[in-house]
Amino acid sequence: MARALIHMPESARRGEVFEVRALISHVMETGYRPGADGRPVARDIIRTFTCRYNGGIVFGMELHPAVSANPYIAFHTTATESGELEFRWEGDKNFSQTERRTITVSDA
Amino acid sequence: MMRRAVSGSRAVGESVRAASRNTAAIAGLMGVWVFLMEPALAADDREPRKSGVEFVGESTRALQRDDTLNPGMLWVSGGETMWNSEPDQGGRSCAGCHGNAASSMRGVAARYPAFDPAVGHAITLGQRINLCRQNRQKAAPLAPESEDLLGIESYVAIQSRGLPVSLPQDDGTRASAEGGRGLYFKRIGQLNLSCAQCHDRNWGGRLAGAVIPQGHANAYPVYRLEWQSMGSLQRRLRNCMSGVRAQVPAYDAQELVDLEAYLAERARGMPLETPGVRP
Repeated sequence: MARALIHMPESARRGEVFEVRALISHVMETGYRPGADGRPVARDIIRTFTCRYNGGIVFGMELHPAVSANPYIAFHTTATESGELEFRWEGDKNFSQTERRTITVSDA
Repeated sequence: MMRRAVSGSRAVGESVRAASRNTAAIAGLMGVWVFLMEPALAADDREPRKSGVEFVGESTRALQRDDTLNPGMLWVSGGETMWNSEPDQGGRSCAGCHGNAASSMRGVAARYPAFDPAVGHAITLGQRINLCRQNRQKAAPLAPESEDLLGIESYVAIQSRGLPVSLPQDDGTRASAEGGRGLYFKRIGQLNLSCAQCHDRNWGGRLAGAVIPQGHANAYPVYRLEWQSMGSLQRRLRNCMSGVRAQVPAYDAQELVDLEAYLAERARGMPLETPGVRP
């Protein structure tokens, strides 16, 4: 399984906007580079990234060959209620990885 | 030329004038050459010493500064997993003998390369790790530049982050550094360049679009954006060697280890930055 590092607060006040940073190890092979034999190396990239907060999508993106290896994705979301954030990367060659982090939301 | 010179005083005069013009032209060229080779700085003036990170752009510096951005942390975290897990065929993990890396490995990376009496020559941190794997864990050595070796090396090295580079002062290590010093000043390759010509005399200048740093090796293994990956100091050295079109020694060749030792001596006292990020 690829290594992934996620940074986000463990707790927040209701209504607070917090930042999430997600870094994953992936070659992001473009499909345009020639290999040692002169033929293009098959494309191998992450295609989509989704973040669900208690089941509802709060952030999603598509990735393309121009994105460099080991993509770093940062975004903000609002603390609504305590629960779980689920991060999912999907890509070529049946690549998929899911990470989960919990957050405790307190009333301000 | 000879015949003209002896054919009459007028011809001799012309020839002398021509010669003095040539001399002036050569002196002019020498001036340009001296200017190119010895810019404002004195030849060996590396003061103030500057880490490579000071020569990179602000966005790259930001990547190195913040562990939540630094892609090298992926290797560090992989190394941490390895540190705590038993080798595939069983036996003790690194932690099984060395315990908590934060205390047991603190300062270790700052003291490599180091002379190993059992092997009889200086070895790098990567070689040390592989010796430990082979002799203690009875596991296969990790291949140079493999994810695993770079990972465990980064994990060990980050425990010394901020500590001064301090090459051991024993005779064996010093001999290795002395050998490396010779290589550092030796002109090599079809371009006939030594390390010193760029990194001592022309740092701050440009090689094509890239700024030439002082070449201090205090951030390895580094995440290099060009490589899109973590890489060792030897990968960097081999890169430079093929850049000047010299024959490139194999990984862990003693020349490369000696060069690493000299670079550690040259960077003595500078804080370790692993995992560094470079363009």
